[in-house]
Amino acid sequence: MPDLLAARSQMAVSLAFHIVFAVIGIAMPVMMVLAERRWQVTGHAIYLDLAKRWAKGTAILFAVGAVSGTVLSFELGLLWPRFMALAGPIIGMPFSLEGFAFFTEAIFLGVYLYGWDRISSRAHLWAGVAVAVSGAASGIFVVIANAWMNAPTGFELVSGQLVNVDPIAAMANAAALSQTIHMTLAAYAATGFAVAGIHAFLLLRDPANAFHRRALEIALMVGAPAAVLQPISGDLSARHIAAHQPMKLAAAEALFRTQAAAPLALGGWPDVAARETRFAVEVPYALSLLAFHDPHAVVKGLDLVPESEWPNVPAVHLSFQIMVAAGTYLALVALWAGWLAWRRADLAHNRWLMRAIALATPVGFVAVEAGWMVTELGRQPWAIYGVLKTADAVTSMPGLMVPFFTFTLLYCFLGVIVAWLLYRHIIRSPVVPEWRGFYMPPGSGT
Amino acid sequence: MTLADVLAAIVFVALNAYAVLGGADFGGGVWDLLALGPRKERQRELVAEAIGPVWEANHVWLILAIVLLFTCFPPAFARLGTLLHIPLSLVLIGIVLRGSAFTFWRYGADQEQRRWGVVFAIASLMTPLLLGTTAGAIASGAVGGGGQPGGDFYDTYVAPWLTPFALSVGLFALVAFAFLAAVYLTLEARERELQEDFRRRALASGAGLFLAAGLALLLALTGAPRVRDGLIFAAWAVPLHLLTAAAAVTALAALWVRHWRVARVAAVMQVSLILWGWALSQYPYVLPPDLTIAAAAAPDVTLRLALGTLAVGAAVLVPSLRYLFHVFKSSPQP
Repeated sequence: MPDLLAARSQMAVSLAFHIVFAVIGIAMPVMMVLAERRWQVTGHAIYLDLAKRWAKGTAILFAVGAVSGTVLSFELGLLWPRFMALAGPIIGMPFSLEGFAFFTEAIFLGVYLYGWDRISSRAHLWAGVAVAVSGAASGIFVVIANAWMNAPTGFELVSGQLVNVDPIAAMANAAALSQTIHMTLAAYAATGFAVAGIHAFLLLRDPANAFHRRALEIALMVGAPAAVLQPISGDLSARHIAAHQPMKLAAAEALFRTQAAAPLALGGWPDVAARETRFAVEVPYALSLLAFHDPHAVVKGLDLVPESEWPNVPAVHLSFQIMVAAGTYLALVALWAGWLAWRRADLAHNRWLMRAIALATPVGFVAVEAGWMVTELGRQPWAIYGVLKTADAVTSMPGLMVPFFTFTLLYCFLGVIVAWLLYRHIIRSPVVPEWRGFYMPPGSGT
Repeated sequence: MTLADVLAAIVFVALNAYAVLGGADFGGGVWDLLALGPRKERQRELVAEAIGPVWEANHVWLILAIVLLFTCFPPAFARLGTLLHIPLSLVLIGIVLRGSAFTFWRYGADQEQRRWGVVFAIASLMTPLLLGTTAGAIASGAVGGGGQPGGDFYDTYVAPWLTPFALSVGLFALVAFAFLAAVYLTLEARERELQEDFRRRALASGAGLFLAAGLALLLALTGAPRVRDGLIFAAWAVPLHLLTAAAAVTALAALWVRHWRVARVAAVMQVSLILWGWALSQYPYVLPPDLTIAAAAAPDVTLRLALGTLAVGAAVLVPSLRYLFHVFKSSPQP
């Protein structure tokens, strides 16, 4: 395995692992706060139980996410020292802000977890809100840094030297808005549907179970609106990359030839050697329409740049198809559930809806991972689009296969155990809706 | 003092905070591993209770130091990541295992907890050793040499840190963290007997710390000439040594007469002063022998914004932390 591939694989595995925890860390606190609010309004113990379970889930995932996030901050230097030497001064700021958001989240999560009996119910709810807000903020700051890699700005390179560095302009880069909206909605949709899916699965066996019914409601309240809004945000992203990163769009759509009135390729397999996409269903004009809101617009194809500067077209195309299909599925299920709720139908007794939601459990996370692949693989061969190639960013350290396999093994091991812990603490149905105060006396600290 | 110096000092403050807060959490793992005697299980419970609510927050100091380092001194970060790839990767593995083991330990079922405790304890040994070794490698001036490594694998990626001096600093870090943890635990313990257990451990590791420091200094004579010269000939050397010695003696004496709070303050002072002695001895270099703070610094605008970000961050964090402590320190124990 070449060192560059090993480094890219290690980064990919680390991010693919971390993104799951980051996404849940953004959305689960919202569910926890909604459940607590419901408890305060209705006085039903089930809601309190839910709030406590989701708080515990947030705590477990937050702890593991903190660790995997630390790994990433080190890996930037361990694997990509030349990228960091260039990018550090320009995009260090969002990372610093993320650090503070993370710190704030840690503090208020502590208040939330250990403060049930110590502060007023109002203050406790606001502590939960602070966890949710700072969780979303830290995600947004990190995505801003990633957006800068796609749309680098706020500096000039004069014969290899950085001049006119402007970190504020770098944060306000052209991709920041569309990417942060897309990622934040993705977090709510993926987590909301994952939780709703698990409870829907359990409701199929026991539709009258009040615990699962309430959990399903709250999870859908978070996941469904985000899933419905996500296609609109996807449209914003697509139009952005059509204008700023045409090769990413060309690879995502497997568009080898620059053309007006470009069709949209659904499915299919890009044959790079033959420069064509086989077995795809083509929707005439649709790509031009989607990318520029004009059926006759010219869409740039891969033929504009030499093949050495193409991303991996089959991988990007496939990831893009998976993301769009998964996102569409969630949006449709969300609309269906929303329509039934509007008509005041009993969702839990609608077996087909419950099956559809149960099936959605992994779908949001599949979409998150696939979307991440589109944005990362689609930017290749660049680490910083148009500025620094990934091959020039990698460390000179040889033998990178060793850390790659070590960290992959470590992550697999952690993944299995986290899944088991979550099952134990959150998903497993209570025999009776229990009210067992989760309490640990806080040590006075070190 | 330039803006870059200020930020370098802040990076070091973050490292100092990580050493005395996060370091003690590692030290707790050492005492978990070395839990002995009739109160073995209670010692372990005390360690877990003491670390539980604070370890994530303590961990953030390391992240802060790393982020500030790559924002404000990117060439230093790049060089550290390249030449110290191996020990830093091992530190990372240690951090991952320790953090997750602790989480699982806290939330797992009883029968698994012991197994997680072993992982936690081993990771608690490995991480400080390698973290200290990394610091030792930097202090010895081995992480230098013009940036682009060219020699063979061993010379470039192993030799800088696999030296007697660097390893002795690793040992020193481990003993220092264990000492801090034992001192803090005398305060955390509610029962008299547990307090005595950790008093004995604090005294023993405090004595061990003298030996480890002596060993590191001895090896510095040949292994880290800059540190040696700084610690002996600089104008600040004598007052610093006197202060450090005073703190060390105070810590041990306070432990002896069971003034736990005094011991805690003195122990923190002692470890911090040793760290600042290291920092002063290599000033103005980030990575001796060739990379200075000024040369490694990012453009001024980045430094100013980093400082601004720190101010804004502090404005959010300080009241939040005060609130956290207000909630958990002022109301009566349940």
